[in-house]
Amino acid sequence: MLDADFFHRWMTATAALVDREAAHLTELDSAIGDADHGSNLQRGFAAVSAALEKEPPQTPGAVLMLAGRQLISTVGGASGPLYGTLLRRTGKALGDGAAVTPGELAQALGAGVAAVAQLGGAQAGDKTMLDALLPAAEALGTSFDAGREAARAGAVATVPLQARKGRASYLGERSIGHQDPGAASSALLIEALAETAASDGGDA
Amino acid sequence: MLINVPETVVADGLRGMAAAHPELTVDVENRVVVRRDAPVAGKVALVSGGGSGHEPLHAGFVGPGMLSAACPGEVFTSPVPDQMVRAAAAVDSGEGVLFVVKNYTGDVLNFEMAAELADEEGVRVAQVLVNDDVAVTDSLYTAGRRGTGATLFVEKIAGAAAEEGAPLDRVAALARQVNEASRSFGVALTSVTTPAKGSPTFDLPPGELELGVGIHGEPGRERRAMMTAREIADFAVDAVLEDLRPHGPVLALVNGMGATPLLELYGFNAEVQRVLSERGVVVARTLVGNYVTSLDMAGASVTLCQVDEELVRLWDAPVQTPALRWGR
Repeated sequence: MLDADFFHRWMTATAALVDREAAHLTELDSAIGDADHGSNLQRGFAAVSAALEKEPPQTPGAVLMLAGRQLISTVGGASGPLYGTLLRRTGKALGDGAAVTPGELAQALGAGVAAVAQLGGAQAGDKTMLDALLPAAEALGTSFDAGREAARAGAVATVPLQARKGRASYLGERSIGHQDPGAASSALLIEALAETAASDGGDA
Repeated sequence: MLINVPETVVADGLRGMAAAHPELTVDVENRVVVRRDAPVAGKVALVSGGGSGHEPLHAGFVGPGMLSAACPGEVFTSPVPDQMVRAAAAVDSGEGVLFVVKNYTGDVLNFEMAAELADEEGVRVAQVLVNDDVAVTDSLYTAGRRGTGATLFVEKIAGAAAEEGAPLDRVAALARQVNEASRSFGVALTSVTTPAKGSPTFDLPPGELELGVGIHGEPGRERRAMMTAREIADFAVDAVLEDLRPHGPVLALVNGMGATPLLELYGFNAEVQRVLSERGVVVARTLVGNYVTSLDMAGASVTLCQVDEELVRLWDAPVQTPALRWGR
């Protein structure tokens, strides 16, 4: 079972990964966006870590809801509302139990991803974060490792796509050949989840 | 760059703005700029905001006759809902608030969230989406036309109507009318350098220009070898007219992107006026200057808005803001 502490460590691991990869995310964003995805997420997840430290929530759902609210309040751009909604809606779907199973997490993440799709009006293949998150949520039903692989593969698979949403869509055909920064950062979120599970003593 | 560190660029700018403009209330920590006499009894309030780096847009347009408040986000990043809700609460006199939103995914999502939150707090909110940039094909395959120069027209004209005491639905309707009657086209001669990245965002070699660029250095329609002001004016004005097809006088905005001298902008305006005259378009009023900028990008944009007598009257109405000021 995964408790509030697990979710807290997942968010902290995400903050560390985003920190490490910030320059890379910004580099991806400068190719087809406006060169700030890394620094924006860095600011947001630093705020998430600080808020969770200050007053650690008692349930998995509450951890994600708090994290989501912090992202909405600090990130800005499209990433703030989209990431914020992802975590808030996933947290909401987890309910207020003290612990959840990996299967319940996978299902809740599916609800969070659906909320992101609705908010952004995007679908699979639009070259957005959904291209990493949709396959990841699906694969997490099998294992954390499968989720990680699916997210990575999904992010890489955005390279040949033409963007249809967000600022990259203005580039039209010129967006082809670049990895979507949002899909790349989404893969980091799932990567952090798998890392956190692994540090608990193996795949669940 | 004339900065301390990238992290404090926005806050430092706001502190300096506060020092220069005591007629504004500048909340540096929460990043909300409010006209000092807000809320003004009996008046609809206008709130806009967007990424920083486009100065004077939007905080430079806060004051009597234009915006009631502005929310500057991080550089080229939309503000967060908390800022917008705070701004709305600070300026609402009970007559409601109009959010002026540029069509970028981030601005749209954050303002939508803010509108919901403000509504829950009992503030009546209407929104206008500005999407005037003809360089972008508005289709299922893009996020839609970007909001650029027309934002100034919307904020000035709707602001004047609000100042006269028009109710929220009327102010919102005028704002939408101005947006629908406006089109823009921009040209970049150099890339933009964001403080966070510290090097040019895109690679535009000297001797080339980007036609149809956005206000964040987003690539546009095509890249070409450098053209003369005359050739650029022909291209830009024709691109706007092809979409707008005005059947009446227009307001013209010849806007600098930040790093093009006024001498060049005036020269460019001479060419813009020439093309308009050749195409039989009557220009009611012209504004030339750096108003909707893109940090250190060299280049210019042309925005035209088809107007009737009322819109010209509202355009001429007094305005007293840091960056736009006339008639009082």
